Amino acid sequence: MALVLNEDEVMLRDTAEGFFKDKAPVKELRKLRDERSEDGFDRGLWAEMAEMGFAGIVIDEDHGGVDMGFVAAGLVAEQMGRNLAATPFLSTAILAATAIREGGSAEQKAEWLTKIAGGETIMALALDEGAKHNPAGTATTAEKSGNGFKLNGSKAMVIDGHVADALIVAARTSGEEGDVEGISLFLIDPKTKGVSTERTIMVDAHNSARIELDDVEIDGDALLGDLDKGMETLNKVLSAGRGIVAAELLGAGSQAFADTVDYIKERKQFGKIIGEFQALQHRASHLYSELENARSAVLVALSALDGGDEKAAMYCAMAKAKLGSVAKLASQEGVQMHGGVGMTDEYDIGLFMKRIRVLQELLGDAHYHLNQFAKAHSF
Amino acid sequence: MSDLKEFQMEVRAWLEENCPPEMRQPITGDKDLCWGGRNWEFQSPAQKQWLEACVSKGYTVPTWPKEYGGAGFTRKEEIILLKEMKRIGARSPLSSFGIWMLGPALLKFGTEEQKMEHLPPVARGEIRWCQGYSEPGAGSDLASLQTKCEDKGDHFIVNGQKVWTSYADKADWIFCLVRTDNSGKKHHGISFVLFDMETPGVEARPIKLISGRSPFCETFFEDVRVEKHNLVGTRDKGWDVAKYLLTHEREMIGGQAQGVTRPLSEVAAASLGLEDGKLADPMLRAKVAEAEIDEWAFNMTVARKLAEAKAGASLGADSSMLKYYGTEMNKRKYELMMDAAGHEGLEWESDRSEDGKLARSWLRTKGNSIEGGTSEVQLNIISKHILQLPGA
Repeated sequence: MALVLNEDEVMLRDTAEGFFKDKAPVKELRKLRDERSEDGFDRGLWAEMAEMGFAGIVIDEDHGGVDMGFVAAGLVAEQMGRNLAATPFLSTAILAATAIREGGSAEQKAEWLTKIAGGETIMALALDEGAKHNPAGTATTAEKSGNGFKLNGSKAMVIDGHVADALIVAARTSGEEGDVEGISLFLIDPKTKGVSTERTIMVDAHNSARIELDDVEIDGDALLGDLDKGMETLNKVLSAGRGIVAAELLGAGSQAFADTVDYIKERKQFGKIIGEFQALQHRASHLYSELENARSAVLVALSALDGGDEKAAMYCAMAKAKLGSVAKLASQEGVQMHGGVGMTDEYDIGLFMKRIRVLQELLGDAHYHLNQFAKAHSF
Repeated sequence: MSDLKEFQMEVRAWLEENCPPEMRQPITGDKDLCWGGRNWEFQSPAQKQWLEACVSKGYTVPTWPKEYGGAGFTRKEEIILLKEMKRIGARSPLSSFGIWMLGPALLKFGTEEQKMEHLPPVARGEIRWCQGYSEPGAGSDLASLQTKCEDKGDHFIVNGQKVWTSYADKADWIFCLVRTDNSGKKHHGISFVLFDMETPGVEARPIKLISGRSPFCETFFEDVRVEKHNLVGTRDKGWDVAKYLLTHEREMIGGQAQGVTRPLSEVAAASLGLEDGKLADPMLRAKVAEAEIDEWAFNMTVARKLAEAKAGASLGADSSMLKYYGTEMNKRKYELMMDAAGHEGLEWESDRSEDGKLARSWLRTKGNSIEGGTSEVQLNIISKHILQLPGA
């Protein structure tokens, strides 16, 4: 397992670092938020990301991608996290691309992967329904209807749902709520009759939506992967997503920490720079240690995905759990050490706290993954 | 076949032939370690045979040059040897502060005569060393040490006291920090000297710990004569040697936290039982899962930092991060072990508990974050050297 980045990866990291710092610094997110952008992201930026190869980073070359793998995708996500960049990278380039790559027919791949890699389409995964992430708890139904299916149900936390050109919907074709078997995935045009979308701007000013499916009739060829076996594809999609969200958390947590250390080196109270106080020094040093471990967890998880390691799914879940806790600590300590200004909208630290809170929850929070980890290890 | 592949086959064949079956059994405790030295009593003929076999090939110190008792291996060759030993479950032939600590210091700072005199007996397990660093008034603030070393022309005379000297009562020689000059800043005027523990005026008294064991001593020096050729490095500049060695020590202690024991979750499941496939105590279950994930992430960090160091980056102050985190994590793990073990973990004298093995280990871990620089000192080092916070 590679624990040190290779030359190509170092180059990509440096490129991505410069790219997001230049094109999508935190002030761009503020602009999207304050101008109440309808899309919630900058289409020009996404086109440039596609040109850089980022949109097709896990798509093979035959379908127009650059096929650099998940470690590379994580380096991009980390820089997005550092700048709080709002882009459809996770929804489209990771979740949708992995779903189609893993579950799609030759025709579906030819149609969608090329578009994703070219930055020509936005896609969204409609999986979660309740307040918490719970894939097996999928209750949305897809009944056989003529040559196709009829879908009914409600989806929540659909990232980029309101701007998606296509939805990947998880619905139950057999079994009961709670069963791992019996879930199928469908590719659905959101303009189909019976689909209604409500944009839900989240605390972090990033995109999300609720989607209602009311007797939505679709053709049989909308099925993505095998009937009732959606969870097999979904597990790969979720592992990839968790690994990449962990990488974005690493970026957001690391930047929140860097901003905080900079701040305590400047702020004076009691005639001293507050960074001189041991009470802050020790907490900052502890956080440094945790962030180093968090970085290792992300790197190991993503390189396991690239290597096809049988433990990759477990490592991604562990990394998501670890990063959920560590990035949360970084944001909490960040606001506290900033003192009063940490509570103001003017300083970025609060934006980091909000973004980290959302990423923590996404695709399973630390509690969810601790529970899964324990189950998988028979305790 | 590549040269390394051929090398691997040779090593494998040699180990097959020379490692006795008893020495391929997992280590069950301190009693299975071989420390060597003048007064060493081998636990078994196999232990003696294994040490002698390794000594004959230089395998106790594979990367040391052959003239000092090593095998002259490259890093890659050493990794192959260790991998092959691990493959058959071979025990380390020799545990030694001489190998882990004095050796690296002499290889870097020693004269050719000092290396020739001291390294081969270390490699052969003939001389057991101890480390004289801490003093009653110089623990975390090590540089304020006061053990006096006076120049008497052709020799030195040492007076003072050390404390927390590991196995001083069993060691043959000591490498010791002493004060040769008291006039300047505290980091100046420290020297690094070596002397025989049988020299008149040396006395080691074991300290009984909360675990009931006595791995450490108080060590007293009264007019101890030290020959001048046993000064290592430059006089008054011993702090450089000490710092170099402390880095090694930190890595060693931080690294010890890595799992030789069964996973915590297994211990907890065996003790508490499962309900519906879940650990019977749901609160403890969450803590155990969290501790195991933290341990995994930390172990990956140790591996990553070593890989980065091999690729040319210096470990530097990150050794403090590893020491801090590894030891704190180990303490947390043993607290959870005690929680899981419940009443049984409290037994101190019984066959069932192997005479309080868990309780004594739990108590022992409390020292991890104190010895080799406390956690607080490590956090100070991170603050100063990595985060570059003012006044740290």
